[in-house]
Amino acid sequence: MPAVSKGDGMRGLAVFISDIRNCKSKEAEIKRINKELANIRSKFKGDKALDGYSKKKYVCKLLFIFLLGHDIDFGHMEAVNLLSSNKYTEKQIGYLFISVLVNSNSELIRLINNAIKNDLSSRNPTFMCLALHCIANVGSREMAEAFASEIPRILVAGDTMDSVKQSAALCLLRLYKTSPDLVLMGEWTSRVVHLLNDQHMGVVTAAISLITCLSQKNPDEFKTCVSLAVSRLSRIVSSASTDLQDYTYYFVPAPWLSCKLLRLLQCYPPPEDGAVKGRLVECLETILNKAQEPPKSKKVQHSNAKNAILFEAISLIIHYDSEPNLLVRACNQLGQFLQHRETNLRYLALESMCTLASSEFSHEAVKTHIETVINALKTERDVSVRQRAADLLYAMCDRSNSKQIVAEMLSYLETADYSIREEMVLKVAILAEKYAVDYSWYVDTILNLIRIAGDYVSEEVWYRVIQIVINRDDVQGYAAKTVFEALQAPACHENMVKVGGYILGEFGNLIAGDPRSNPLVQFNLLHSKFHLCSVPTRALLLSAYIKFINLFPETKATIQEVLRCDSQIRNSDVELQQRAVEYLKLSSIASTDVLATVLEEMPPFPERESSILAKLKKKKGPGAVSVAELEDGKRESGELNGGGERGQDAAAMAASNASTPSPSADLLGIRSSVPVSTTPASAGSLLVDVFSEAGPAAPSGAVNDDGFLRDLEQPTETSDPLLVEGSGDSE
Amino acid sequence: MTAITSLLVANHKRGFGSLWYMVEVRWLISSHGNTVQLFMMQFMLLFSRQGKLRLQKWYLPLSDKEKKKITRELVQTILARKPKMCSFLEWRDLKIVYKRYASLYFCCAIENQDNELITLEIIHRYVELLDKYFGSVCELDIIFNFEKAYFILDEFLLGGEAQETSKKNVLKAIEQADLLQEDAKDAETPRSVLEEIGLT
Repeated sequence: MPAVSKGDGMRGLAVFISDIRNCKSKEAEIKRINKELANIRSKFKGDKALDGYSKKKYVCKLLFIFLLGHDIDFGHMEAVNLLSSNKYTEKQIGYLFISVLVNSNSELIRLINNAIKNDLSSRNPTFMCLALHCIANVGSREMAEAFASEIPRILVAGDTMDSVKQSAALCLLRLYKTSPDLVLMGEWTSRVVHLLNDQHMGVVTAAISLITCLSQKNPDEFKTCVSLAVSRLSRIVSSASTDLQDYTYYFVPAPWLSCKLLRLLQCYPPPEDGAVKGRLVECLETILNKAQEPPKSKKVQHSNAKNAILFEAISLIIHYDSEPNLLVRACNQLGQFLQHRETNLRYLALESMCTLASSEFSHEAVKTHIETVINALKTERDVSVRQRAADLLYAMCDRSNSKQIVAEMLSYLETADYSIREEMVLKVAILAEKYAVDYSWYVDTILNLIRIAGDYVSEEVWYRVIQIVINRDDVQGYAAKTVFEALQAPACHENMVKVGGYILGEFGNLIAGDPRSNPLVQFNLLHSKFHLCSVPTRALLLSAYIKFINLFPETKATIQEVLRCDSQIRNSDVELQQRAVEYLKLSSIASTDVLATVLEEMPPFPERESSILAKLKKKKGPGAVSVAELEDGKRESGELNGGGERGQDAAAMAASNASTPSPSADLLGIRSSVPVSTTPASAGSLLVDVFSEAGPAAPSGAVNDDGFLRDLEQPTETSDPLLVEGSGDSE
Repeated sequence: MTAITSLLVANHKRGFGSLWYMVEVRWLISSHGNTVQLFMMQFMLLFSRQGKLRLQKWYLPLSDKEKKKITRELVQTILARKPKMCSFLEWRDLKIVYKRYASLYFCCAIENQDNELITLEIIHRYVELLDKYFGSVCELDIIFNFEKAYFILDEFLLGGEAQETSKKNVLKAIEQADLLQEDAKDAETPRSVLEEIGLT
C-alpha cells in the first residue's frame, strides 16, 4: 500500500517529499531544498513560538534533507526542545534527529542528557525505551559518563518491564564498547548472568549479547554463564516447534538465540564439568542430526535459519578442537554442502572447511574432498566462491597433494581476477617452497609464476627463489638451464630477466659447456633484454656482466666494449653510471686472482623465517596463516642450507627476533633491513641482508565501475511490494 | 578465541617447543586477550536499483565523509553483482550480506566472525516487520515514511544486535507507540488551512 502515511500524516512532509521526487534535475532538487531550508529557518527564528506539531514537522523535513545527502547546520536546538514534549511522536522525532545528526556542542549535550535523564526516570516504559534507544544509537562518551551507572540498575531491577530490560542490556553493551572504563559491572555481574534464565526469551536474546562481550574481557567473572548457556541451548534444541510460539521462525526454534548461545560458548574452552560437557556434546550431535532430516518447509528462510545454527555449531566444534567424532561429522556435513545447489551454502561450506583443514583430527577428512574443491575452482561462476575454493586448497595442502594443488592453483592463476593475483602468487610460492621435495620442481613453479603473473610476483618471491638456488648445490645447474630457456621466450617478464640475470651471473658456468648455451650466447641473451628493462634490473644485469668477465675470460673484450659505450658510462642514472665505470675499471686493472676473489660465488644465505609468509599475513590479516605453517616454514628454512654450517644458530636467531615483537600485524617480527644490492661481497664479510621488509602491498579494491549509477532518470516502478507470496525461494 | 589462537593452543599441545615459538604463543595470546571480538553489525543500508539511498543505519561512529564514501563504494560494488551470485562478499575487511527485495537492496556489513546466514534472516525479519506494519510494503512506503522505518528498525535491532526476535512483540511495541500518537492527536492545537493541505 503506497504513499499514505500512517498515523498522524504530517502532510507537509509528504508533499515536500513528492516535490523532491518530481524534480527533473539535480539543480531543481537543490533549488527546492534551499527554498525549504529558507522557509524552515525563518519559521524557527520567527516571532511566534511554534507549536509542537509544526516543530516536529520541520525537524523531520530537516532530517529528510540531511538523509538525502545535504548538510544541515541548524535545527539541533529545536530537536532538543522536542525532547521535552509530552507527546510521544514529538519526542520520537527529536530523538531520531539527534541520533542521526550527532552534535558535539557541549551545551546541547547537556540539554540532551538532561532530557534523557528525565525520560529514564519517568517510569513510563515507552519513554524509557526511547531514551535508551537514543543512548544506544549515539553511545558518546558524555552519555557514558552520565548514564553508565544508572543503566545496570534499570537492567536488573525487578520492576523493570521486559521491553525496557532488552533495550537496557543492548544500550549498556554499546556504552561498554565505546567506553569500557566507565562501565563497571562489579556488583551487577551475577544478576546479569542470571538474566540467561529469564522467562522472557527476548530478554535472554538481548542479555546474551551483553554477556558475550563482557565475558571476553572478564572471562573468570562471567564463567558461570557457561552452564546456564548450555542448559538453555539444550532446552531450545530439543523443543518441539510449537513450544516456543512466536520465537519459532519458520519451524526453527529460536534461531537467533541459539546462534548467540553458541557464540557465547565460543568465548570459553570446553566445559570442565562432565555433566555440562556431556549435555553440550549431546546438543551438538542433535544439531548435526537435524541437518540430515528432511526439511519441514520448502522456504529458504527455514533452511537458512536451520543452517545458521548448524554453521555456528560447527564453529564451536572447530573452536574446541577436541572431539574427533564431532569434527569428522562436521567435515562430512560440510562436504555435502560443497555440492549443494545453493551458492550461499557452497560458499559457507568452503569457508568453514578452511578452518577445519588445520585441525589435526579433521585434516585427513578434509583432504578427501580435494576433487570437489578443484572442480569448484574451475567451474564456479561467482568469483568469491572460487576464491574460497582457492583458500581451501591452500589450507588443505600437505606433502601428499602439494604437486596437484600447486598445479591447479597455477592454472587458476592464468585466468584469475587481477585483484586476487598477488595473494595467489604468494600462496603458491609458499606452498611450493614448503612441500618441495624436489627443488627443481620448486624452481619450475616459481618461474611459472613469473611467466603467468609476472606483474604480481613481488620481490620477496623472486628473492626467495634465488636464495634457495644459492643455498642448494643440487639445483643450481637445473636452475641455470631452466632460466636460460625461459629467457629465450620472445616476450618475457622483467622479473624473469632479474632472476635470469642473477642466476646466470652466479651459475652460468654450469651450462657453459653446451654450445647452445655458451658464455657468449648467454651474454647476448641477457643483453638483448637490457634496453627493455627498468633501471634496477639494468643495475642487476651490469653486475651479472662483471661476473661473466670473471667466469668467462673469453667474453671480457665483448663485455668491456658494452661497458665502455656512452650509454653506460655516461648514463644519466647515477647508479648505472657508477657501476659501469667501476666494473669497467675493475675488469681492466684487477688481476685474475683479485677478480676471482672479489666476484666469488655468493655464499649460502643464513637461515631465516620466510618473509613471504609475513607478507601474506600482512595482506590478509592475522587469521590468514596458520602457525603450523609458520613453524614448518621455520623448520624448512633450516633444511635449505646444503650443509648448514654457515647458518646462525636457530635459537639465537629466534631469541633475537623474539625480543622485538611488534604489536602490529607482523607475526614474525622480521626486522626491517637494507634493500638488496648485488655488490660483490669480499670473502668472510657479513652478507648484506637480502630480505627487506616489504611495504604494504598496493590495495586492489577492484570495483566494477561500469557507470552503474545511471543519471537522475525518473524513478521506475517503486510500488512493487517487497514481499511476494511464495517468494521464499532463493533468487 | 580466534581460529589462530586455537591453532596455537593445539600446536602447543603437540609439543612444539622452540624458543621462538613459545614467545610468539605468549605474545599472540596476550595481544588477543586485549582485543574484544566484536560480533555485531556495523551498518545497514537500503538502496534502490538506481543507487538511491533509502535508509542508512550506522552502528559505529564514523564521520559524515566516511559514511558517504563507504556508501558510494559499496552501492557500486553491490549493484555490479549478477543475480545468481551468492549473497555474501568480502569487502574491505568486512563481510557484506545483501538481498534484493523487489526494487530495494538490503545490505548489512558484519564482522568477519559473524554468522552470515542468520544475518540474511535478520534482513528478512525486518522486511516482514515492515510488511506487516505497512501492509504489503513497497519502496514508496519507505520513502514517504522513512522515520517509521527507523523506528521499526530500532525496536528490532539495537546497537547492531537483535533485541527482540518475536515478530508479535516488535509490532506490539510499535502499535502501542502509534496508539499514544492517536491520543495525542486529539489533544492537538488546530492547524491552519495551509498546513492542512501541506503547503507549509
